[in-house]
Amino acid sequence: MQVELKGITKRFGPVVANRDVTLSVKGGEVLGLLGENGAGKSTLMNVLCGLYAQDEGEIIIDGDPVSFGGPGAAIAAGIGMVHQHFMLVPVFTVAENVVLGVEPTGRLDRLDLASARAKVTEIGEKYGLHVDPDEVIENLPVGVQQRVEIIKVLFRSADLVILDEPTAVLTPQEVEEFFGIVRSLRDAGKAIIFITHKLGEITEIADRISVLRAGEIVGEADPKTARLEDLAQMMVGRPVSFDVDKPPLEAGAPILAVQDLVVLREDDAVAVDRVSLTVRSGEIVGLAGVQGNGQTELIEALTGLRMPAAGTITYQGADITRATVRVRHRMGIAHIPEDRQRSGMIGAFTVAENMVLDTYYDDRFSRGPQIIWPKVHEQAAISATEFDVRTPSVFLRAGHLSGGNQQKLVVARELSRETKLVIAAQPTRGLDVGSVEYIHRRLVEARQEGDGVLIMSSELDEILALSDRILVMFKGRIVAEFDATAAAFDKSAIGLAMAGGAGAEVAA
Amino acid sequence: MTANPMTAVARVKTGHERRARYTGGVLVLLALFVVVVFGPGAYGDATFRLSRPGDAVVLGDLVVPAAPFIYVAASLLAFLGARQFLRGGVRWTSLSLGLGLALVVLAFLVWATAGNAFSLTGMLQATMVRAVPIALGGLAGVMCERAGVVNIAIEGMLLAGAFTGALVGSVIGGWGGLLSAVVIGGLFGFILAALVVTYRMDQIIAGVVINLFVLGLTSYVSSQVFSQYRGLNNAPVFRSWKVPLLGDIPVIGPMLFNQNLFVYGALALVALATYYLFHTRSGLRARAVGEHPRAADTLGINVYRIRYLHVTMGGMVAGFGGAWFTLGSVGRFDEDMTGGRGFIGLAAMIFGRWHPVGALGAALVFGFADSLQQKLALLGTGVPSEFLAMSPYIATIIVVAGLVGRARPPAADGKAYVKE
Ligand SMILES: Nc1ncnc2c1ncn2[C@@H]1O[C@H](COP(=O)(O)OP(=O)(O)OP(=O)(O)O)[C@@H](O)[C@H]1O
Ligand SMILES: [Mg+2]
Repeated sequence: MQVELKGITKRFGPVVANRDVTLSVKGGEVLGLLGENGAGKSTLMNVLCGLYAQDEGEIIIDGDPVSFGGPGAAIAAGIGMVHQHFMLVPVFTVAENVVLGVEPTGRLDRLDLASARAKVTEIGEKYGLHVDPDEVIENLPVGVQQRVEIIKVLFRSADLVILDEPTAVLTPQEVEEFFGIVRSLRDAGKAIIFITHKLGEITEIADRISVLRAGEIVGEADPKTARLEDLAQMMVGRPVSFDVDKPPLEAGAPILAVQDLVVLREDDAVAVDRVSLTVRSGEIVGLAGVQGNGQTELIEALTGLRMPAAGTITYQGADITRATVRVRHRMGIAHIPEDRQRSGMIGAFTVAENMVLDTYYDDRFSRGPQIIWPKVHEQAAISATEFDVRTPSVFLRAGHLSGGNQQKLVVARELSRETKLVIAAQPTRGLDVGSVEYIHRRLVEARQEGDGVLIMSSELDEILALSDRILVMFKGRIVAEFDATAAAFDKSAIGLAMAGGAGAEVAA
Repeated sequence: MTANPMTAVARVKTGHERRARYTGGVLVLLALFVVVVFGPGAYGDATFRLSRPGDAVVLGDLVVPAAPFIYVAASLLAFLGARQFLRGGVRWTSLSLGLGLALVVLAFLVWATAGNAFSLTGMLQATMVRAVPIALGGLAGVMCERAGVVNIAIEGMLLAGAFTGALVGSVIGGWGGLLSAVVIGGLFGFILAALVVTYRMDQIIAGVVINLFVLGLTSYVSSQVFSQYRGLNNAPVFRSWKVPLLGDIPVIGPMLFNQNLFVYGALALVALATYYLFHTRSGLRARAVGEHPRAADTLGINVYRIRYLHVTMGGMVAGFGGAWFTLGSVGRFDEDMTGGRGFIGLAAMIFGRWHPVGALGAALVFGFADSLQQKLALLGTGVPSEFLAMSPYIATIIVVAGLVGRARPPAADGKAYVKE
């Protein structure tokens, strides 16, 4: 199968998301698609899978121009897409999600779930995608949900598989596994388009690389010979530094002290088990661990989104264990949440409204019960420029921003406040290299101003680059602590501790 | 690090345990209530008639000595409560509460019937009859909300069905009336779908508008036209038909198998809807649209068409339920004769967790409260009839607020879907 995009242009009102894009991919190869946040990658792929109609240009499959009236037609033509934000029905089982839209049926329209299950298992065996077909989606970790998405595409016997930032939500181990799957798909003769911001990944998996910037193709590269620096420059149009410049540690008094904290999950299982930790002024503490070991719940308890069952949280000497989120905000705690769409912003609100969600009641923005909109818009425009949130105007619905720009919006809001403690969960998830560089710099700046910074990330490299001290969480407990002042971090020891291994000792 | 990460955790009181204790406390209080309120007034025996004269199989009466029964019920309640309170058995919480409430109702029945006789068969039959419009209203709600559209207009659709049934039924006969009631219900469903799907009007407001429109129009016609031409408001009524043999089963036979078309229809529709929603391709797609319309869209499923279809079907079910008020019982339309049954139907839908069978079960609870209220008025218990008339609604509130807990509606329920 050979798919060509010829001169595709797609506009959203005044915004040109894709301009005259020409691209091709054929069976048995992996095309890596690079591009900064908002470059138009997802939009282009949505055109290809029939979700958007292009304004100009054509799609050619095996030499014949096609036009899709909707996603159904694209699926029938053999195009399958795994979306950046998963498209799974949370309360359905794996098998139900996989067959939705192309259900095998018996007499009287009866669903034939037995054959669906068999097919799921069969595809799983063939490509190494193991999932239990009867498991309900919402009980599955994201890594497994992703496998379901891929099975969904394969079930429709797609010949072109589009993967839009598939690794953004995966842990390093899961990424390795995932690459195995991608390779087996390629070897089975499928064409694959792979989108990511992680340059190391793309040079590892892609056969060809195309780079998109501001909606246009700006170049191609050969993954075997390309240098990461060059790729980064091609993407963002300027040189990018991959190292974090960090002056030596000058830690001050403790800002945050957590004592014997116990936090429960919804089902009353213990997520955080008697955790104690301290974050000092002028210090970045990294919270490492494989996802699902209690980091999320710990952060939620620290930021007031979840009431701890026992223990205390002390912030600058005051007990804030039961303080409300608003109180914590006003005391100078910033929170960049893990899931931007769920708890970081309101998609239906404008960019400006989202920018002041935490400060709209401030004297700066309101007089009595009335919000002074001109001030809000002014400030939002300033923050958007400062944090490089790419948006045509501050009046755009935040949900229409590209994924990475949504993330920058959240970071901009949280760091524009007066802060003493920054709690950042996956702060650079889905960001391009330029933005990652920028956000890392802001976090280091916060540290230099004497803030305490607590970073949770499933990407060990990010933690290693930023942290002065690393805590490793495993099964709800802090099982190891590593200090940067002693020597460079011992990556393998940290990895071992994350897996709950023998490294679970204080290396100080 | 000294402690082993796998050691048992600090003992913390969990939410479920707290709920179990709370339930235990409530049950113990109920036991006290039963003793204090029902105990003193219970003299003699309560006689429950299990058959009626002329039944094929005649069972003897069930005679229950009132006072002992009430004390036994109270001690059972206290036992359940204490068990919950002390052991905090998480899995038993809902079961204990259900059992406990059933015991309270039984104790109440025995107390009210003490020294008197009471036909259980008749009571159950009436329960079924009264449950029908509620069940059909609830089922209409299930059809709409499973596809993601909140249908507040069920009340209006019932009323429209009742009105049309009476009017057309008077002119061309019962079957014609029934058919046109279904068509009118479907028509209002279609209008609602157009308002909320195509024009993205707020779903609650659109529903309220339809309710007000139907109420106004039918009230006007019935007071202005029907009062002049009585012949237009005099429809034939569907008589009950006894299923041979099955109808002779004692106690529950008459309830299930000696009823009119509407009862059989409601039971059949509930079965059909369950099969449809949970075992067919179309049902799976409808539920996907109600949960995650964007995902359905990316798979080539037409979200708008499915919503139109299901809201229209829901309207048809409600139209059928509406016809019960006229063609299924009195043959005559009165102003606002549905009296909020549509809303209780919605409550039944929620109590039934958006499942057809659940909605039917909940409707039976409400129907039971409704018919109990009627029978007790006849027994003369001294409880003012106004209070008894309130009981179905109080049952609604208790059931929806307390018992259901947090039932989860379809995730996209009530939200307009905007295609990019
Ligand atoms: N529905 C929409 N309405 C208006 N503008 C939109 C819409 N969808 C996307 N855009 C705009 O089109 C541009 C391209 O967005 P797109 O989501 O394709 O970027 P992307 O390359 O996938 O970025 P990221 O890496 O951050 O996901 C952005 O400027 C975005 O704001
Ligand atoms: Mg994208």
